[in-house]
Amino acid sequence: MSTSTFIAERHPSDPLFRADRLPHIWCPGCGIGPAMHAYAQAMVESEIPLARHVCVSGIGCTGRVPGYLNMDSYHTTHGRAIPFATAIAIVKPELEVTVYSGDGDLFAIGGNHFIHAARRNVDLNVICINNFNYGMTGGQVGPTTPMGARATTAPFGNYEQPFNLPYLAAATGAVFVARWTSLHLRQLKQAFLRAMKKRGFTFVEVLAPCPVGFGRPNDIGDAMEEMTLYRERCVVDASARLDSLDIDLRDKERPITLGNFVDIERPVFDPLAMMRPAGERENHAALAGKTQEG
Amino acid sequence: MKQMLTGNTAAAWGARLADVDYIPAFPITPQTEIIETLAQWAAAGEIPARFVTLDSEHSMLTAGGAAAAAGARVFTATSSQGLLYGFELLYTVAGWRVPFVLVNVSRGLASPITLEPDHNDVLAARDSGCLQIHAETCQEVFDSILMAYRIAEDPRVLLPVIVNLDGFSLSFTREPVELPAVAAASIYLGEYAPGHAWIRGERPMAQGVAVLGGAVYSYFRYQMQLAAENALTVHEEAAAAFETMFGRRYGLVDGYRLDDAELVLVMSNSFATKGRAAVDLARSEGVRLGLLRLRLLRPFPREAIRRALAGRRAVAVIDQNLSIGLGGITVGEVAHALYAERDRPPLLSYVGGLGGKEISDQEFRRIVSDLMLAAATGETPPPRLLFTAAEARQMQTLLSIAGKEGAG
Repeated sequence: MSTSTFIAERHPSDPLFRADRLPHIWCPGCGIGPAMHAYAQAMVESEIPLARHVCVSGIGCTGRVPGYLNMDSYHTTHGRAIPFATAIAIVKPELEVTVYSGDGDLFAIGGNHFIHAARRNVDLNVICINNFNYGMTGGQVGPTTPMGARATTAPFGNYEQPFNLPYLAAATGAVFVARWTSLHLRQLKQAFLRAMKKRGFTFVEVLAPCPVGFGRPNDIGDAMEEMTLYRERCVVDASARLDSLDIDLRDKERPITLGNFVDIERPVFDPLAMMRPAGERENHAALAGKTQEG
Repeated sequence: MKQMLTGNTAAAWGARLADVDYIPAFPITPQTEIIETLAQWAAAGEIPARFVTLDSEHSMLTAGGAAAAAGARVFTATSSQGLLYGFELLYTVAGWRVPFVLVNVSRGLASPITLEPDHNDVLAARDSGCLQIHAETCQEVFDSILMAYRIAEDPRVLLPVIVNLDGFSLSFTREPVELPAVAAASIYLGEYAPGHAWIRGERPMAQGVAVLGGAVYSYFRYQMQLAAENALTVHEEAAAAFETMFGRRYGLVDGYRLDDAELVLVMSNSFATKGRAAVDLARSEGVRLGLLRLRLLRPFPREAIRRALAGRRAVAVIDQNLSIGLGGITVGEVAHALYAERDRPPLLSYVGGLGGKEISDQEFRRIVSDLMLAAATGETPPPRLLFTAAEARQMQTLLSIAGKEGAG
């Protein structure tokens, strides 16, 4: 039996990333990298040219994602990814705009923007890596930290009710709402693809391990252990009641429910057309159609 | 007994020994260690304060001001982008005339994004009505917080106080810090009797109302100006009492080897330590150089600065900030203090240490030689950015990697 060493000089996804920016800043076991790769693959498979994709983030560990992608990308101020992306989506409707940011950035300091962009049904994809804490500043309690989970600013456990993000997104008007984990990469990529195909405000929550900030204080030994937890506790149920999707890591009997929960149609935000009287809207729609074909 | 504390931990101890009631918090690098430390103590029951994490600096400062208006003693901390995000409230809360202490851990502002220190963040707040004390050492961070409560809560002042320390060079650097006993700190601050506290059930009042026409508005804004001017006297009283109890004396400004100095550097915050080393180096070579460190930035101690600088042969202000389109910020304020002086020295302006950039011996030597030339000729050279040839070469390399040759 012969043995040989196989060394890959190149990765099939190399052209999608800025190799000169690597190694990345994320800790070993972090879930952001695999989820970023799923997003990159979805872009390739989306049949939308890479040059028409735009990725926008706020501040935090996930906020670093656009910096590693070889595409038009923007690292905005804390919490402000959605208003930034909203402006791009409105002035350049031919672009496929995705906000790729973390739970702290999108739902604490940026929470107001999320609910209003969803309400208006702006043509955006929002991908939220939820690692249940403020990772970049070192593991503080945030608006998604599960009840009872420990953080550096909640050393004996969080006592504030966290957001149920799919429920929030659906209630505020998102037309596509999904939750997967960094273990469920095929389903995650499919959800990203669906979000890219769909016009309007789409939301994909990605549960991801943060072994250093969240796992360590919560007796989750390492990333593998959190991935095992996902494998054992996650159930896929797209028809689950949205108000039942809270995550409680203390209750070992309680499943973590995943799926594509919402896929509906609503008028997509378009101020140029919507502000005008009904007759002119049709003209605009015809003009817009012509531009797209041309 | 002295303990080795980081600037951040010293700040947390300041809040602890000031026996604060309420700590609204939001994390931001390089401040986060302050609120983490306080959270640990609050959760363990070691401090009686209500510790609450909020959703942003804007809500944090709103909550801090409101609790202060209700008579709670409030402590909070932020940095850089966080200070700017809460900026609307700095002005608003100062206008409410409520005392509380906000620690700012200085960090350069975006963009580009950095984490390292300069003072554009805290100096952006200089017109807000919040008073400002800038600290050079971890000991001074702790001491200034105790003094800040005494100044802020004085009925002649009633304005918030920002205590500033540099990110990284102070926030994460351990230095020996002498902490007083709980009882001594309590005696220094005295019983908190918030006479200003107007949020109470038994006497309803409409607050935060709009005033149009300008006269009422002018009256209230000028009351803030008078209160800030009072803080010069109140600071001196607080400093004298502090010295009596704890043996350390803080002036409105701080001088180093100034007595016989012909040439003077003016600096602030932790980089003033580099200035002291530059003074020692110049002295060893026979140059009579001294350092004036700005400590109280608001109210601006114009008279103390005038007295310290009048009659010198030349003065160089090193601003660790850049007002785009103007240049250094504090050099203009120092010039204002000296303008009426018949015997005013040439005033040289340097911008250095932006984004935490090192100021090397070589750069200090250049400043000293400029000072000597100005003293000899009476001519003031144009303002300069401190940037070495090696740094310029490094920048060219980076530009060429980015495909931007020739852009610099």
